[in-house]
Amino acid sequence: MALQLQNPILKWIEYRLPVFSTIDHMVGSGYPTPKNLNYLWNFGSLAGIVLVVQIVTGIVLAMHYTPHTSLAFDSVEHIMRDVNYGWLMRYLHANGASMFFVVVYIHIFRGLYYGSYKTPRELLWFIGIIILLAMMATAFMGYVLPWGQMSFWGATVITNLFSAFPFIGDPIVTWLWGGFAVDNPTLNRFFSLHFLLPFVIVGLVMLHLLALHQHGSNNPLGVEKKGPQDTIPFHPYYTVKDLFGLGVFLIFFAYWVFFNPNYLGHPDNYIPANPLVTPAHIVPEWYFLPFYAILRAVPDKLGGVLLMFGAILILFLLPWLDTSRVKSSRFRPIYKQFYWVFVLACIGLLWAGGQPPEGLPLYLSRVCTVYYFAHFLVVMPLVGWFERPRPLPASISEPVLGGGKLPAGAAARGTH
Amino acid sequence: MSSTTTGGAGAGEPTRRDFLYIAAVGIGAVGTAAAIWPFISQMNPSADVLALSSIEVDLSNIQTGMSVTVLWRGKPVFVRHRTQAEIDKAVADDKADLPDPATDESRVKKPEWLVMMGVCTHLGCVPLGQQGDYGGWFCPCHGSHYDTSGRIRKGPAPLNLPVPEYAFISDTRIKIG
Ligand code: HEM
Ligand code: FES
Repeated sequence: MALQLQNPILKWIEYRLPVFSTIDHMVGSGYPTPKNLNYLWNFGSLAGIVLVVQIVTGIVLAMHYTPHTSLAFDSVEHIMRDVNYGWLMRYLHANGASMFFVVVYIHIFRGLYYGSYKTPRELLWFIGIIILLAMMATAFMGYVLPWGQMSFWGATVITNLFSAFPFIGDPIVTWLWGGFAVDNPTLNRFFSLHFLLPFVIVGLVMLHLLALHQHGSNNPLGVEKKGPQDTIPFHPYYTVKDLFGLGVFLIFFAYWVFFNPNYLGHPDNYIPANPLVTPAHIVPEWYFLPFYAILRAVPDKLGGVLLMFGAILILFLLPWLDTSRVKSSRFRPIYKQFYWVFVLACIGLLWAGGQPPEGLPLYLSRVCTVYYFAHFLVVMPLVGWFERPRPLPASISEPVLGGGKLPAGAAARGTH
Repeated sequence: MSSTTTGGAGAGEPTRRDFLYIAAVGIGAVGTAAAIWPFISQMNPSADVLALSSIEVDLSNIQTGMSVTVLWRGKPVFVRHRTQAEIDKAVADDKADLPDPATDESRVKKPEWLVMMGVCTHLGCVPLGQQGDYGGWFCPCHGSHYDTSGRIRKGPAPLNLPVPEYAFISDTRIKIG
């Protein structure tokens, strides 16, 4: 659907600088969308909105924050106590990071369930994983900025992960720190990169959308759309649905910001950083716990680090590890059960990551780590091979309308 | 690649143009790498950070069985005045099954003074003194146990607590770094 501009000024601009058709191509409202999308398809637009919230609140925080070891902690307290609505900006930003991960994790599990990583959406999936990695780096460096005890020791432990690599490890760590320990040079560069990376994410999101609109959204049936009878225009149908979802989401977000703003954080981060004393329990933010559990499940330093990074990098191989020709788990009676075991394993890792690494939590984290990797490396290829999927509908509209005939309204809609 | 031959060379022979092409690209790559280097190197420790690299510690106030922790290059250094029992235990364990074998003698300049980095060799936490299964140090982060010589005995840490470069400048003063 090519963009039709009416306004002469816009036409004049478009003729010289095709911004409107470019924007339309990426987030165009006329974009034909499968008509059977469920609420799990809301989380992409939610992620985009949270990214904007993070950037806006972040820029405000940066106006009042000071990236220096002797001033950072106090400047965050200054934001909390003295700056007009500073408390609101900071609580929105700190909880917004958690919301970002809630939304993105649901978005990813949606893709896993409905096979959205399969042809022709492999690159779309890859860009998504790169966004996840960039988000993790951003959130990690952001958490260092308030320069509390968890900031400092989280930064120490995570940067030290790189020391596990033979030979190059120690030089890399010194390079990351800009010194011999996490210190002012580290804080300074983390601030600079924390400011930069969200804008890199914006660029990646644009690529993500470009790839999405090339073949359009997947859908709960995992059957590609066959013609206009299978689609509705994005606007007004999905704009309204997305807005409704946004309302519900904002209530959830507001609950944390206004009623429980410190629950997702850690009280030790209200103690100024002290390089001489490590807190008794160092735990990362909740969204890193599953990976932290994998790190600690392995009794070997390098092995733990490799598995932890591998847990994300393995997602790049999904399009080839999944041998099934059917996308949606709805039609995959066996795989569907393994999918839920996988979800349980992830929840198990999330829980175990927050416990001291001994006894039951350690045991559980080992079992779940084994399943995490087995799910991708063993279950996916084998089940895809042996499973007999249930019969797929011929098209998106067939299960509802029967036969895939062109319903009366669909022809008229083409001109929208 | 380039089949646009100009010289008299036959088909498939490298030409003068191929050489110029490869040389130009090669020089360009070297130039680019040289231009990138300052942007990478700027993140390494700066001159002032490197300059702050030695401190002196007065030992006269540290009684037997006491330790002090001093900050050197942004990291804690443990200076422990060991008891005779701790020294004996450390020496006796020289022949134990050590993940990172080292004799107690090789880790000290004077047996009663143990000077080492207070940085766990796993992921960099500060271990707690006189705790753990070996009466030495225990790291609360992921459970590494060190003995009275600071050698790793149990847990995920791979190496002994490192001994920094230091020297006795008098009987009661050391210089670290
Ligand atoms: C991808 C988007 C972003 C994420 C996930 C993110 C995440 C975080 C997190 C987790 C913190 C620590 C909050 C706390 O406990 O206090 C933080 C702090 C901070 N962020 Fe961001 N951030 C993002 C974007 C930005 C942007 C674009 C800027 C600046 C332009 C920014 C500026 C700051 C500042 C100044 C702080 C320190 C103040 C504070 O700790 O509250 N952030 N960020
Ligand atoms: S940092 Fe000491 S055990 Fe992990």
